[in-house]
Amino acid sequence: MSSDEHFEVTIPSDTSEGQAVQARIVEALEVREYPEKDVFSVRLALEEALVNAIKHGNRMSPDKSVEIQCWISDERVRVEIQDEGEGFDRSHVPDPTLLENLERPCGRGIMLMGAFMNLIEYNEQGNKVTLEKIKGVAPKPPDAEAE
Amino acid sequence: MAAGHRRVDIEEVSDVTIAKFIDKKILDEGNIQIIGTQLFGLVDEDGRKKIILDFSNVEYLSSAALGKLITLDKKVKKAKGKLKLCSIRPDIYEVFAITRLNQLFDIAETQEAALEGF
Repeated sequence: MSSDEHFEVTIPSDTSEGQAVQARIVEALEVREYPEKDVFSVRLALEEALVNAIKHGNRMSPDKSVEIQCWISDERVRVEIQDEGEGFDRSHVPDPTLLENLERPCGRGIMLMGAFMNLIEYNEQGNKVTLEKIKGVAPKPPDAEAE
Repeated sequence: MAAGHRRVDIEEVSDVTIAKFIDKKILDEGNIQIIGTQLFGLVDEDGRKKIILDFSNVEYLSSAALGKLITLDKKVKKAKGKLKLCSIRPDIYEVFAITRLNQLFDIAETQEAALEGF
């Protein structure tokens, strides 16, 4: 058993900096022997969340940064990512799986995060996302959440 | 395009172009832009109409990469061509299934199967 780990890091609006944070978290999960499926899910969700924060939240502004908080234990990993953007209303994001939206090249990031993580939550303003993955526990399919 | 910036290997089998991703991770924005430019060039500049995208090497891909694939599919359709995807590992296939893009794209299990369908 490894002891719990917590770190906080602030990065500029630069996707390569986001990649470095992603790599750090992925490495910590591998050390704790998270299943490959979990590592895949977390990497994918982090990529989507960080790109959203940097590109859509901060609009790549060099004056703005992204704050990341991460808690990792042997049972779960929780990551909070906050940008300095105006935020957004998740209900206004069009459903990318509808036939009329299927050919739109954008709008799939949030959906993927929801499908691969056990928890995805936005604050009221919509500029902070919390992601959680429980080791070895598959997320509920989207249909099950509505029940 | 400089060889160092090449992200996709191109092979011709009769009149079909097979484009095989070199990277394991199609994640970061810079790479995705380069991949997009190279793939779009196959249609826009080289006028290729039968294209297979081979995912054998790909272990990760993000929604930004999916966006490029959708744009490529549109370009190919506009040129009255056909795009097929093949050799997608299960984790990645799940990304296509969740986003229902498995309904938009023609996905074959292997390169051979994709070639047979043309």
